[in-house]
Amino acid sequence: MNFFAKLYYRLRKGAKAIQLYLVIAGPGIVVMVADNDAGGITTYAATGAKYGYNLILFLVLLIPVAYYVQEMTVRLGAVTKRGHAEAIFSGFGAFWGWFSLIDLMIVDWMTLVTEFVGMTSALEIFGIPGWLTVVLVILLLGTIVLNGRYWTWEKIALLFCALNLVYIPGAFMVRPSMHQILHETFLPSFPGGFDGQLFFFLMANIGTTIAPWMLFFQQSAVVDKGMLEKDIPWGKFDTWLGAVLTIIVAVFIVIVTGTVLRGVDIDSAAQASAQLQETHHWVGTFMAIGLFDAGLLGAICISLASSWAFGEIFGWAHSLNTNIKEAPWFYASYFITLVTAGAVVLIPGAPLVLITLFVQVIAVTLLPAALVFLILLLNDREHMGEYANSTLQNLIGGTIVLLIIVLSTLYGVSVLFPTLFG
Amino acid sequence: MIRSISRVVRKFRSINQRYATPRIAMSPAVRVSLLVLRVYLVLLVFLLLYKFATLVGK
Repeated sequence: MNFFAKLYYRLRKGAKAIQLYLVIAGPGIVVMVADNDAGGITTYAATGAKYGYNLILFLVLLIPVAYYVQEMTVRLGAVTKRGHAEAIFSGFGAFWGWFSLIDLMIVDWMTLVTEFVGMTSALEIFGIPGWLTVVLVILLLGTIVLNGRYWTWEKIALLFCALNLVYIPGAFMVRPSMHQILHETFLPSFPGGFDGQLFFFLMANIGTTIAPWMLFFQQSAVVDKGMLEKDIPWGKFDTWLGAVLTIIVAVFIVIVTGTVLRGVDIDSAAQASAQLQETHHWVGTFMAIGLFDAGLLGAICISLASSWAFGEIFGWAHSLNTNIKEAPWFYASYFITLVTAGAVVLIPGAPLVLITLFVQVIAVTLLPAALVFLILLLNDREHMGEYANSTLQNLIGGTIVLLIIVLSTLYGVSVLFPTLFG
Repeated sequence: MIRSISRVVRKFRSINQRYATPRIAMSPAVRVSLLVLRVYLVLLVFLLLYKFATLVGK
């Protein structure tokens, strides 16, 4: 009897914990899965095609990198009840605040353009014209945000996150050799040695794992959701789960292209999808659906990251729990960002390749600043109290931030000067 | 038109005033971090300008 009573108690406790997590779940998973945006999918597809499964272990090592950076935004948002833009303005003054806000606005808009490029090229594979994709996406995203509730928006976003898992069945369908995957994962070999190209791919993968908008988005989402200090452990778990999910998806994309398209030069995920369709119709189709979903998720988060930041600084109402009458400027900035980015894709001869490359360079100017501010804000014991960084957290976070700054800077420089690293 | 421009200017001024004093205590570590950040950004701007100049020169 005692055993059954204990079992019942434990089951109830477990069920309550899951219920509690489901209430808190959201910002971490959404931001992490959205990180696998259209540009990210292209990077992973190209990585698999170029190096097979040899970089899988490296991708797995990016889980703690993404987690330790993003969990800091959870603590900062839950304790200060401020978004990242407002925290920078308040913590470091107007100069650094304006620098971050303007930089964020440019990076987000350009990244949004790349998301539209990904979405239109994905649906073109199914014969849907670009203009129709842009119109449908804007209508869809408008409907999602205009429902007047953060909760509804978040659950719809989580649904799109689930669709991102479409790459997993695709990887099983191409029947990769398990032996080869394990061998190349744990005993990677690179025929050309540690050359410039490999370095470029490593930097590109790190660059797609942490993007500036992610810091701003998650912290604002934590604030808009109304998370409190007591929710931080669940918020951290949510971020951890999101980091694991995003890398799982990345690994499965690498497995697909590493199996079918090994040795093929991949310029875009849409090209990879079309080529996959020639030999594995459904795998290519899944890849195209996943690319569209990735672009959509990216668009959902990136446009909101900017609008939240503007709302925080200009003092507008800036919550998804408000309707368009209560927060007209918040929604106006959201739609202006979305519509202009979508329109650019439809302009014949628009410099889309240049924009795609330039995103990386501009991001390099914002990411180090945002990360340095993050670490400094987390060391502000006066306001963070017991949630300030411990020495160990500073050591781990500081090392990761330094690594990201160095590698993302080298990545940005290599985009500017492609011959620099050989 | 002039009225809306002056309203925008006032808004920016009020934001600048509200955040005129940094809330973070400017310890030596913070000062050094911000200085390094400034140097880093200046270097990046120089790189961008150099790239632009080489592109124009071609």
